[in-house]
Amino acid sequence: MKKIEIITRTFKLDEVKTALAGIGVKGMTVNEVKGFGRQGGHKEVYRGAEYQVDFVPKIKIDVVVEDDFAAQVVEAARDAARTGQVGDGKIFVSPVDEVVRIRTGETGDEAI
Amino acid sequence: MNPTDNAFILICAALVMFMTPGLALFYGGLVRSKNVLSTIMHSFMMLGLVSVLWAVIGYTLSFGSDIGGLIGGLDFAFLQGVGMDNAGSPADNLPHLTFMIFQCMFAVITPALISGAFAERMKFGGFMVFSTLWLILVYAPMCHWVWGGGWMGEMGALDFAGGAVVHMSSGAAALCCAILMGKRKGHGSTAFIPHNLPMTILGAGILWFGWFGFNAGSALAADGVAANAFVTTHMATAAAALSWIVAEWFHGGKATTLGAASGAVAGLVAITPAAGFVTPMWAIVIGLCAGVICYGGIMLKNKFGYDDALDVVGIHGVGGTFGALATGVFATVGADGLINGNAHQLWVQFVSVVATWAFCFVMTFVIFKVVDATVGMKANDEEQDKGMDIAEHSETGYQW
Repeated sequence: MKKIEIITRTFKLDEVKTALAGIGVKGMTVNEVKGFGRQGGHKEVYRGAEYQVDFVPKIKIDVVVEDDFAAQVVEAARDAARTGQVGDGKIFVSPVDEVVRIRTGETGDEAI
Repeated sequence: MNPTDNAFILICAALVMFMTPGLALFYGGLVRSKNVLSTIMHSFMMLGLVSVLWAVIGYTLSFGSDIGGLIGGLDFAFLQGVGMDNAGSPADNLPHLTFMIFQCMFAVITPALISGAFAERMKFGGFMVFSTLWLILVYAPMCHWVWGGGWMGEMGALDFAGGAVVHMSSGAAALCCAILMGKRKGHGSTAFIPHNLPMTILGAGILWFGWFGFNAGSALAADGVAANAFVTTHMATAAAALSWIVAEWFHGGKATTLGAASGAVAGLVAITPAAGFVTPMWAIVIGLCAGVICYGGIMLKNKFGYDDALDVVGIHGVGGTFGALATGVFATVGADGLINGNAHQLWVQFVSVVATWAFCFVMTFVIFKVVDATVGMKANDEEQDKGMDIAEHSETGYQW
């Protein structure tokens, strides 16, 4: 099983969610996060004083899927989240040792 | 006694009262969310503390019978002799109580203005004791000097609605407090970004609205002088909002909402001493200058390195000083300034500016040191990290 973390622009949430649901992803967890990548943050000006704001608001979508489904999910998320401009975000894929569905006690792929 | 004047001034007193919660919103939006309540509290509690102090001792020290041009006597202590008719009232056309409560609202907002200098790091107990002493030892004498029969009024200094009494005095006190208190934790390394600018702009709007009572009411009658003060107030404010954003558009590249709100307040401050003495067109000139000058004024703290959190010095200190001098230049209504060939008036205004700054700065210095050594003024680093709302009031402004 793989965990796919998609960190991208906040306004892309709906498009990514729709794209993933469209290929059969059954659940996801969404967080509002802040951070910066190669583009850095942005500048804000208050009464003539400039402040560098390092952390830009983003959303992070966590999805856990079966191993052989992961590539398709990454591709769908990448296409849905892409604007082509700096700040589109990153997708991280990492292995997941175990999943447990709390209600039934099912484990592994059954529990996803 | 004149019932029309009485009705007008009572309404004006209510308008001036509304400025203090307006100021609370103006300041409250400018701080970080963890300090919003403590900042609002600084303004709101002045309605409680100063009102009582004013009735007990402040009013009589300001408007009691003159003692050597320096302070009022105790004839009106505990409001004795301040009644429903005009007996003893400084304004013959008004019930003494009306005059007293109108002046009370000025006294309320002045120490609240200072609180912007030490926002986000002031202990509440220290603030209350400091404000008590400051009202009695700085505001009351200043008020007496200018309006209560004291030496500054006798000298002929023009201060229609409180350029010296309210704005220069609070600006000088703010500078003293900002220097003595030191910077907020993280100043220079952390961005202190306003947490709610719509709140600030709403506050600025309320200040603008209430200021009509402040300035027009200072005519102390529902007459043509009040009408002129109303119009000059509005024109100067509008002009200053414009000139501030033009200045920052050129200087910083963008016209900001905070700039528009700040410019409006700068215009209100600058026109205050002049409101009843200038024509509407000179008011526009004063406003246009005030927006640019106060925009420069807020740069001072970056140049000199003190942490005047909400720019009390740059807006009230600099704006009030400019307004006092501008009154000496542009006065043509009921007084003559430089443009009417009366250079002496500008000299008188200059003397009043120097005396106000010196007196208020030195007295604030002494009061600060006394309170700091006893009750304590500045919150420690841990309390500042937590935020003054939790540290001082056990509350948070917002539940996420």
